[in-house]
Amino acid sequence: MLPTPFDPWTKDETFTEYLVRQGLSRRQFLKFCGKVALLLGGGALLSSHDKKAFAKEIAERLNSAKRPTVVWLQLQECTGCLESALRSGDRTLEDLVLSIISLDYNELLMAPSGDQANAALEKASAGPHLLVVNGSIPTKEKGAYCVIGGESAEGLLIKASRSATAVVAIGACAHYGCIQAAAPNPTGAVGVSSIVRDRPVINLSGCPPIGEVITATLLYYVIYGHAPHVDQDGRPLFAYGQRIHDKCPRRAHYDAGQFVLQFDDENARKGYCLYKVGCKGPATFAPCAIMEWNQGCSFPIKSGHPCLGCTERHFFDRMTPFYRRLPGLEVPGTGVELTTNQIGGLAVAASVAGVAVHSAATVIRRQQTHKGRPPRPSPLPFWETKRPESRQIKRNQSRPDPACHHETS
Amino acid sequence: MSPERIVIDPITRIEGHLRIELETEGGKISRAWACSTQFRGIEKILQGHDPRDAWAITQRICGVCTGIHAIASVRAVEDALKYPVPKAAELIRNLVTGIGTVQDHVIHFYHLHALDWVDVTSALKADPEKTARLAASISTWPNNSASRFREVQQKVGTSIAGGQLSIFTNGYWGHPAYRLPPEANLMAVSHYLEALEWQRDIIKLQTIFGGKNPHPNFLVGGMACAINMDNQLTINEVSLQQIEGMLRRARRFVEEVYYPDLMAIAGFYKEYADIGISSPTLMAVGESGYSCSGTPSESGAGVLVDGAYDRVVPFDHLKIAEYITSAWYSYPDGDKAGRHPWQGETNPRYSGPTPPYKQLSDGQKYTWSKAPRYDGRPVQVGPNARLMVAFARNHQPTVALVSKALQTLGLKKEQLNSTLGRTLCRCLETVQVAGHLEQWFAGLREAINQGDTKTFNPGKWDPGTWPRSAQGVGFAEAARGTLSHWVQIENGRISRYECIVPSTWNSSGRDQDGKQGPYEEALAGSGNHPLLDPKRPLEVLRTIHSFDPCISCAVHLFDATGCLLKEVKGV
Repeated sequence: MLPTPFDPWTKDETFTEYLVRQGLSRRQFLKFCGKVALLLGGGALLSSHDKKAFAKEIAERLNSAKRPTVVWLQLQECTGCLESALRSGDRTLEDLVLSIISLDYNELLMAPSGDQANAALEKASAGPHLLVVNGSIPTKEKGAYCVIGGESAEGLLIKASRSATAVVAIGACAHYGCIQAAAPNPTGAVGVSSIVRDRPVINLSGCPPIGEVITATLLYYVIYGHAPHVDQDGRPLFAYGQRIHDKCPRRAHYDAGQFVLQFDDENARKGYCLYKVGCKGPATFAPCAIMEWNQGCSFPIKSGHPCLGCTERHFFDRMTPFYRRLPGLEVPGTGVELTTNQIGGLAVAASVAGVAVHSAATVIRRQQTHKGRPPRPSPLPFWETKRPESRQIKRNQSRPDPACHHETS
Repeated sequence: MSPERIVIDPITRIEGHLRIELETEGGKISRAWACSTQFRGIEKILQGHDPRDAWAITQRICGVCTGIHAIASVRAVEDALKYPVPKAAELIRNLVTGIGTVQDHVIHFYHLHALDWVDVTSALKADPEKTARLAASISTWPNNSASRFREVQQKVGTSIAGGQLSIFTNGYWGHPAYRLPPEANLMAVSHYLEALEWQRDIIKLQTIFGGKNPHPNFLVGGMACAINMDNQLTINEVSLQQIEGMLRRARRFVEEVYYPDLMAIAGFYKEYADIGISSPTLMAVGESGYSCSGTPSESGAGVLVDGAYDRVVPFDHLKIAEYITSAWYSYPDGDKAGRHPWQGETNPRYSGPTPPYKQLSDGQKYTWSKAPRYDGRPVQVGPNARLMVAFARNHQPTVALVSKALQTLGLKKEQLNSTLGRTLCRCLETVQVAGHLEQWFAGLREAINQGDTKTFNPGKWDPGTWPRSAQGVGFAEAARGTLSHWVQIENGRISRYECIVPSTWNSSGRDQDGKQGPYEEALAGSGNHPLLDPKRPLEVLRTIHSFDPCISCAVHLFDATGCLLKEVKGV
């Protein structure tokens, strides 16, 4: 049983005290921790033994957690990521905002404007806080392409990150610039980690990321005081550890060589694989096929449209034309894993040792004891026996002619 | 040296980044400047892409009005390629964009606009029993119970008592312009939370047909979701029943919560029907959610010119021109020229101060938003424009709906051009669209029953079938008003792309004749707009929010000059 959302967590109590005040028995409390463990484990990555240990750890951590201050900046972006957070169904954003965290600055949701908003930002930024960022940072024209409260996006980000205990970049824009950074990148847009260089940045990639990924990451931070384990691109493994292709409900048709050749053809009506109409699932690390969107309702491939690869860097440059078949993938049949790993020119970001993100105080201590590595071994996706090397990301500046690559059979 | 100006930046609870600068005289606003302070450059990025990909790129203009940019883009490309779409796909598109509008309007009212009218701290003083009686007097909504209201009160109360106010930090609580009794405030706060749960549910319609929300998938030539009643991975009876349930819940919430809440709250703020009167020219290309390839249907499109709210002038896109007099761009023929979208150009040329800055309105140029004008006039677009145009056409369902609301509140039709009028029309329109959704769904069921399950036309999918060069336009009525996408295709690629977006019409700055854009006009046009306490500009937020600003949409970029492709391969 989850605690009721109608009784907020106050400033001076620990999360466990809060739950006890809610009338939770120890058994219910452990059940809650187990549920959190399941959510954060992505369901697939942990054995039942791991889950128990994980739940126990969560319970221990909750004894010391306090309701943290969160500053949530929206820079050069479309608000889609925050909208996605509002779609999260289990731990909802309002639940977080009114009970678990104190969201002291966010342009979309906060009550005041102007001076009072800026005062709230200044106050929250001065103390320890979790910094969440949507949107990219335009670097051209001395920052005039995105100005908030008279301050450039870059200036705001630097100020807000100074006392931040952790930085979470939500969405493809905050990750690397997304649509703004697509060729020819008119505004010189970059991601958060290009500006904030003195601490690790967690990247929740995707355009946008699934809502539950956002809330689970924030909750993970609140409970543990550091971020979940991530791949080399800073993406949490619980969400980005596996390719969509590996868990796709149409996968059996791929293996059997049964493909949709044209939208709404006979094969589309049989639910066959979308690879030949341009699906980027084989090159895309994302939780869509496992978690699905909007509380497990569906996801693009399930609903008949090819995956656009939106969790991969520079997908508007490198995954387009969207309806072109992924190059270099041998289909169908055996050796699938091998061939998908050999896709040229596409980022198949592999999981590597995580970048641990801790609160400012724990960073130093942990670095001394663990040499910069997280305290628990980073859980490897079960299908990986060794970690593949990262591939050089080449941006596709001159776009291929859609006519030449157009494929219907 | 200009006098010290009141600056409100950021304007929060909107999409994007907006700054308002003001001067006041005796507690009334005398001058106003609307400054859009973000620029992204999306149309330039579109050049050289496959036109079938354009929807996915333009969709990223906005994650709030997600879907409507995609549909306008798909329509523009289909217009260019003369590409017809199957009936079932049309109905599915209507459902996807329609539910988007319903959700968008409700989110706007409760989560972006309500805190302008509702004092959260006053809700703590309310008597939950009395609140339940108040709620029962205006609605049959089953969750309006005393116990529910008590829970909500407790939740908000504990949150504030703990000293961490979260999103309510530094709000204008206790401002004398708040009028609602504590019970009405509590009812609204409770529905604020319920609306969050509700939107999460009903938007799944987009997920079923488009795979995800925000940013559901569309397809040039139809929709990608195949219909097969005998397959598990297609639209089948299970998905149809899910949708049926969502549509029922969507309509019920709109009719039993949103509408009665809005009418109740409006009753306390009737003076805002005379505040925020904006540009007297209003334009629409159809009803909410309408979209078309090429020319808008004559029965829906129209313009009300210069306050003649009974006379609809036919819409003619050739009368549209964009000006850059107050915007940071340059035209080859100078700052006073206006350009039609087909000849449009955007060369960003920033001439403002280097951030951090204190003031923008010193300069002639002060915004990233261009100034679109219709026949030389600033134009309001949005729900009030749509309903007023439909009313003037004597569209009976609209006349009945609007007349009833006006009668209940004791207002006149002309007062729909006001802060309260815009907010009221948004709600009335939501009632209308929620009804349409069920009709479209019935149409889809009927089509399936007739065996008409085609969702995609493969006819023009292959670029080999396309003309060497083509141009097309897609019109749509987005939640915030008239939207148009203009595409030119050369040798199978996009050579030029342009969008004219609702919030560009509304948020524009001054034009070559010095005429203010609609936001500016609403604040400073009449000289009677109140601003009691410049440090707590609650009244300004009411008026600006009544337009439902979407500034990421408003500010974009197209480029007519750089349209030559480096590499041209024949089709």
